[in-house]
Amino acid sequence: MDPIKPIRDTVGKNLWKQVEELEPNFKKGGMLQSLHSTFDAFKTFLFVPPITTQRGTHIKDAIDLKRTMFIVVIAMIPCLLNGIFNVGHLHYVANGMYPGFWEGFGPKILYGLSKVLPIVVVSYGVGLGVEFAFAQYRGHPVNEGFLVSAMLIPLIMPPDIPLWMVALATVFSVVIVKEAFGGTGMNVLNVALTARVFIFFAYPTYISGDQVWIAGMSDNPDAYSGATVLGVWAKQGFDAVKQVGFSTINQSVGYAPIDMFLGFIPGSIGETSKLAVLIGALILIWTGVGSWRIMLSVFVGAFVMGLLLNAMDLAFDFNNPHLSVPAYYHLIAGGLAFGAVFMATDPVTAAQTTTGKYIYGFLVGVLSIVIRVLNPAYPEGVMLAILFMNVFAPLIDHYIIQSNIKRRLARG
Amino acid sequence: MSKLIRLNKGYDIKIQGAPASKLSEGFTSRTYSVKPIDFNGLSPIPKLMVSEQTEVKAGDPLFYDKSDERIHYCSPVSGEVVEIRRGDKRAVEEVIILADSEIRSRSWEKKDVASLQRDEIVQRMLESGAWLFLRQRPYDIAANPDDTPKAIFITGWDSSPLGPDYNFIMQGRESDFQAGIQVLSKLTSGKIHLSLNAKSKPAAAFNTVQGVEVHWFQGPHPAGNVGIQIHHIDPINKGEVVWTINPEDVANLAVLFTEGIYSPVRTVALTGPEVIKPQYYKTLQGASIEQMVVNNLQDNHVRFIAGNVLTGKTIGQKGHIGFYDRQVTVILEGDEPELLGWLFPSYPRPTKSMAYWAYANEAPAGYRVTTSTHGEERAFVVSGQYEQVLPMDIYPVHLIKAIMAKDFDLMEGLGIYEVSEEDFALCEFVCTSKINVMDIIREGLDYMHEQNG
Repeated sequence: MDPIKPIRDTVGKNLWKQVEELEPNFKKGGMLQSLHSTFDAFKTFLFVPPITTQRGTHIKDAIDLKRTMFIVVIAMIPCLLNGIFNVGHLHYVANGMYPGFWEGFGPKILYGLSKVLPIVVVSYGVGLGVEFAFAQYRGHPVNEGFLVSAMLIPLIMPPDIPLWMVALATVFSVVIVKEAFGGTGMNVLNVALTARVFIFFAYPTYISGDQVWIAGMSDNPDAYSGATVLGVWAKQGFDAVKQVGFSTINQSVGYAPIDMFLGFIPGSIGETSKLAVLIGALILIWTGVGSWRIMLSVFVGAFVMGLLLNAMDLAFDFNNPHLSVPAYYHLIAGGLAFGAVFMATDPVTAAQTTTGKYIYGFLVGVLSIVIRVLNPAYPEGVMLAILFMNVFAPLIDHYIIQSNIKRRLARG
Repeated sequence: MSKLIRLNKGYDIKIQGAPASKLSEGFTSRTYSVKPIDFNGLSPIPKLMVSEQTEVKAGDPLFYDKSDERIHYCSPVSGEVVEIRRGDKRAVEEVIILADSEIRSRSWEKKDVASLQRDEIVQRMLESGAWLFLRQRPYDIAANPDDTPKAIFITGWDSSPLGPDYNFIMQGRESDFQAGIQVLSKLTSGKIHLSLNAKSKPAAAFNTVQGVEVHWFQGPHPAGNVGIQIHHIDPINKGEVVWTINPEDVANLAVLFTEGIYSPVRTVALTGPEVIKPQYYKTLQGASIEQMVVNNLQDNHVRFIAGNVLTGKTIGQKGHIGFYDRQVTVILEGDEPELLGWLFPSYPRPTKSMAYWAYANEAPAGYRVTTSTHGEERAFVVSGQYEQVLPMDIYPVHLIKAIMAKDFDLMEGLGIYEVSEEDFALCEFVCTSKINVMDIIREGLDYMHEQNG
């Protein structure tokens, strides 16, 4: 029933006493007044505070924002683990070593950790620093939402991204996209995606092309090429991906659908494995924390658009090899799955009405494929599609609300 | 004619301490009180008509509101006004009456209900205090004597947590209930709707009554809320007025005419995990709970709630039930810090969220709930939660935002006239961000009432 009862009984009471003794220092007039929000954040992390209901309902559901955000972080762990492995795996494979899964497992993990961990640390450290500062300045408690954003940011970065760029992008997205709009719950755009889009437009060479998706490759750029699936599709068409996926020193390795599903392909750190994303999705859906409506409709939208483009390819001669990619391949290629599960479902920036969620998700899917296939400049479209639909989500809700109002008027 | 209305949205919070279908013997309350705060829309400083030491009879007026001097707020018993308790800014919190051992009522002429005229019904209800049995929608406030409602709604089902069973309460009141319905039928131009729990065996009073349209509801709480039922039976449009009344008050209303006395009987369910013997008590409006809970508690660190855990009001151990209350709930105060409580909860607690999978699917006899908020208030983040527990064609989040923005047209468009704060109690319960939804809804209803005059 209570797994940590011994700890609670021994440590809990004394620790709380200490916390209470320390607290005056952080209150108004105390020595460390300027760290009040930080203190409060750690205090409420350690202890659910002894607050009782004063107005309204006398009892409240066990759920709170900490638990909700914790579940989302848990759901991202498979993607993170896969990312750590894959970064190391591709690094060694591209250098002609350890082609098997278990071969060189330890070195692969260590290499992956050496690449991924610093990005995670920078993202959390810088982002939370900004959050704490704003909470202090505004006199608000620190909101837990950034715990999720800070985990999302590393997962959508290429492994070789310079850390200062991660820091800069994080500061930009927290300050300009979130705090400037009023903080957690008020932002229009997805915070993590904005960090990525910031780098995408400010430093495009670090986050696009064929050179950035395999860690350590930029040191020796002439030796091989490591395009993403979508990079190959965009340039050479669908069939090429099976042969020339990426070339190593010795050989050229193609991407089979199973590679795309399991995620042993170049890409951003956390998005390559559809299996890991699927596990995350199941956690989010089972706990009810993520909206299955949005996830489902993103995939439906992408699939429908893929079919439409296939039909167009048959009917007309567009000379765009990307058009002929079978629709279902779109679902396991690129960041669509990751975006659908972890980005499009952000409740603050998605549509909030039930019907609105279906429309919003569907359009995210459609736009992703439109950008992917029809825009020659950007091989992947899911990031821009989600941000675009973030902007339109309130409009979708507006029309849903208006129809409710009309229904009520018609009744009278 | 009757039909079944199935509602899927909502949530039944399982709590220990459901009342046994048993009436406590020999219960009497020494003091009774009338509290202005029980009546939505009443000014906090009503005009007092008594002072301390005034002798009153049941049905004697204690105070009235300047907005409508015809509506008298009356004493439920005979005795002496022993205290007029005042709170902040001289607001009247409670008028407390020490009851005589033998209760004498103001007496009115006995009448045959069939021959009654609307005017004399209204007149007698206003001067006896029985008028307050009626509540009007929109705004969920005391009914306006000048209105003729398009319908009157009665719910025979309290679906709220540990709510009293009206099939038990109404036992033996068959003829009073029938007579009360006859009285009510003269007040409305339309129908009288009686809604019952489809999964229960209705009391004889409900089963045999003539002159009402019966509706069967099925589903989790709030399916028993009259506001939800109105929405599904005959929703309130702009400019329309409906009245609601509790079934026991329908019977009490009949007594005012058949016997000519004001006798606001309250069959109160004493409930909750901290009560040793949860059962029913027959008493009168505003009774003290002191004698119910004495030697009847599992723990001393408790909260006494007049009403249910969602919409009730906190009272003291010697406090009094409110005008509309038929339930008292006693639960533990949850004011202990909980080490890593969001990760490893230290005791089971109700939740609708699968994020605490261990508790969401468990179907125990009930939880020993506490008053802990289980987390701090946060900005609104999670969407789609309120919708799951509000079985109405209403967008709760957008209605709340319209209220906060004081956008009157939007509030109207989104259905403010159809709601009461009690319908949103579960929204507040399930809210991840711990937002006080009911306060916001009441604010919105008060704005609209003020705006429309």
